[in-house]
Amino acid sequence: MAYKVIHYINQFFGGIGGEEMADRRPEVRGGAVGPGLAFNKALGGQAEIAATIICGDNYCVGHQEEVARLITDTVAQYQAEALVAGPAFNAGRYGMACGLAASSAEAAGLPSLTAMYRENPGLEVYKAGAYILPTTDNARGMGQAVPAMAAFLLKLLSGQKPGDAGTEGYFERGVRVNTFYPEVGAERAVTMLLKKIKGQDFKTEYRMPVFDRVTPRPGVRNLAQATIALVTSGGIVPKGNPDHIAASSARNYGAYEIGDLMDLTSDQFQTAHGGYDQTYANQDPDRVLPVDVLRQMEKEGKIGRLYHTYYSTVGNGTAVANARKWGEEIGARLKNEGVEAVILTST
Amino acid sequence: MASIVPISQSVGANRIIPTVAIPHPLGNPALSPGEELEVRRKLVDKALTALQTDVTEQTVF
Repeated sequence: MAYKVIHYINQFFGGIGGEEMADRRPEVRGGAVGPGLAFNKALGGQAEIAATIICGDNYCVGHQEEVARLITDTVAQYQAEALVAGPAFNAGRYGMACGLAASSAEAAGLPSLTAMYRENPGLEVYKAGAYILPTTDNARGMGQAVPAMAAFLLKLLSGQKPGDAGTEGYFERGVRVNTFYPEVGAERAVTMLLKKIKGQDFKTEYRMPVFDRVTPRPGVRNLAQATIALVTSGGIVPKGNPDHIAASSARNYGAYEIGDLMDLTSDQFQTAHGGYDQTYANQDPDRVLPVDVLRQMEKEGKIGRLYHTYYSTVGNGTAVANARKWGEEIGARLKNEGVEAVILTST
Repeated sequence: MASIVPISQSVGANRIIPTVAIPHPLGNPALSPGEELEVRRKLVDKALTALQTDVTEQTVF
């Protein structure tokens, strides 16, 4: 008999709609939907999708406990034996949702996995709690992702313990497993060191984590004299998007003067962001970049000054290396201009 | 100021203010314009408090 699997997908892959449906509450449908049909094929009759949970991405990230509960309830209801989520590619919120689904199922003792692009923010957050396989950055990679996920899922279902991340191809989970080697640690360390000295390739047995952390700056001492700047990844740009900042995978950022504007209005500003429903930001861009309120506070003397220029890009599948470079550039420019503190807003 | 706090934490932000919702972090179209402005003001106020606060590690305000 085929193993029963629950599949978690978002509103887009569930065929319900795009960003305008991202607040959609979760629903459970019997059988396979969307990419689930490809999974059924790849699972070759050994396992099949018993039910599909479809949930809006915004709803999921805003109601994590509720969605996690629904996942474990659905597993129980269908007496499912495994869960698969996604693949999420480079969709950030979907990656968060898939990570939540796979890690909740794993915590409940169920074989589970998801897959996403290596820069998806869901990876950092959930890799310790779930098996996550790599995918390309967009859905054109569905054809490779599904068979790889199906094969890994069948392996988990057969009760085989997966080998290490390097061999099996999933993202490292930061879990250490005892292994026997013929040589003691001291010998292995010296061998590694000699290879390193000779400039040869060597493989560490324990990679040091790389934390992207900075020492917090002390608090601002005299806010009433301080110049505060605004920076956003929410894509607020002058109407017409003069720098052509892309709706996703942005390749640049813009610097925009707000002079003595008291308020961002829909006739002068808009969002260029393609990763969320633009309706509300286009109606009132202050909902993403709070110029109106900071102007009031400037007038009241609460802050010294709102800096005359804001910086903006679109944080939607944007390459981390680019984002880091732009952040350093923007920071240096603002510091040069005597800006003392920055408020970053993100959608 | 962001709507998905775990992402802000994973990218290393030191002072984090949770906001309203992804498509309108600093607003709420369900409210009247006056109430919405009040929500935005409170959030920015919180951000200013955060900026004046000394922290030694990542902190959610």
